Amino acid sequence: MAKVKGAVDINEERCKGCDLCVVTCPCDVLSLQPKEVNNRGYHYAFAANADACIGCAACATVCPDGCITVYRVMNRE
Amino acid sequence: MDKEDIRRPENIVACKPRLLNDNNMHYCPGCSHGVVHRLVAEVIEEMGAEHIAIGIAPVGCAVFAYNYVDIDWIEAAHGRAPAVATAAKRLNPDRLVFTYQGDGDLAAIGTAETIHAANRGENIAIIFINNAIYGMTGGQMAPTTLEGMVTSTTPYGRRVDLNGHPLKITDLMAKLEGTCYVTRQAVHTPAAVRKAKAAIRQAFENSMNGMGTSVVEIVSTCNSGWKLSPADANKWMVENMFPAYPLGDLKTPQQ
Repeated sequence: MAKVKGAVDINEERCKGCDLCVVTCPCDVLSLQPKEVNNRGYHYAFAANADACIGCAACATVCPDGCITVYRVMNRE
Repeated sequence: MDKEDIRRPENIVACKPRLLNDNNMHYCPGCSHGVVHRLVAEVIEEMGAEHIAIGIAPVGCAVFAYNYVDIDWIEAAHGRAPAVATAAKRLNPDRLVFTYQGDGDLAAIGTAETIHAANRGENIAIIFINNAIYGMTGGQMAPTTLEGMVTSTTPYGRRVDLNGHPLKITDLMAKLEGTCYVTRQAVHTPAAVRKAKAAIRQAFENSMNGMGTSVVEIVSTCNSGWKLSPADANKWMVENMFPAYPLGDLKTPQQ
């Protein structure tokens, strides 16, 4: 098991689906919704492969709209 | 350990800064302005300067900056942000005064105000978003537009014999004696964003320490104006903008 585990929360209504977090993520966690849209009509980002997240916060660093909250814990087991 | 155990307030490593409010930004998806707004909010929050910060908003895409960052703002006439900032800083020397300007505002209509504020060495910080185009009005040629770059007013590319050379106004300001810190950054990768944040922090601290004018140029994308996707715009910027506008410090404070 990976030592570092992370999780992302995405503010779906604030997201504009620019895809920058998806191309930046080193672990291919994020993806854009293929069909679902938010209230403003954007295909928002979501954690398609949430288990791979290491909480590096690269997505939140490049997000132009500050939609992403990143959590990280060290797994000491 | 499941995801709900990870999602606890004490485990947060990155989130929207408190000073960036919940208004939805009007910027196009993927616009660099959003990142720089967040960096400004983070730096002011970290410096504990939210009650003494005065931002001068420009005319251009960032004209509504005052809607998004919860500090005091003054909206300046087109290009006149450094002149307004001069007044704000001279009357309130203990305040953190900065301008936030695009290339059409700072390098075209506001060239005189910018050059003279920098030459007087006003203790202000200038954040300069350079995306080589007039983004708000529909992607017309700006002074900073690259040679051969296609815009809506140069459909066959910018011609040097007709339109002149791209204006490297930051290099120009680095030559002036009034400036103390001139740097050029970008926000296309996480590493670049962190460097840009450090540069903005340095500029704000120089302003508070009365060291002279600090200029932070952020080489940015305008994916709508460039007619590219946000990810492709970043690639285009790396390939075409960086050779003309190389990143790095142009002038650092004399210790």
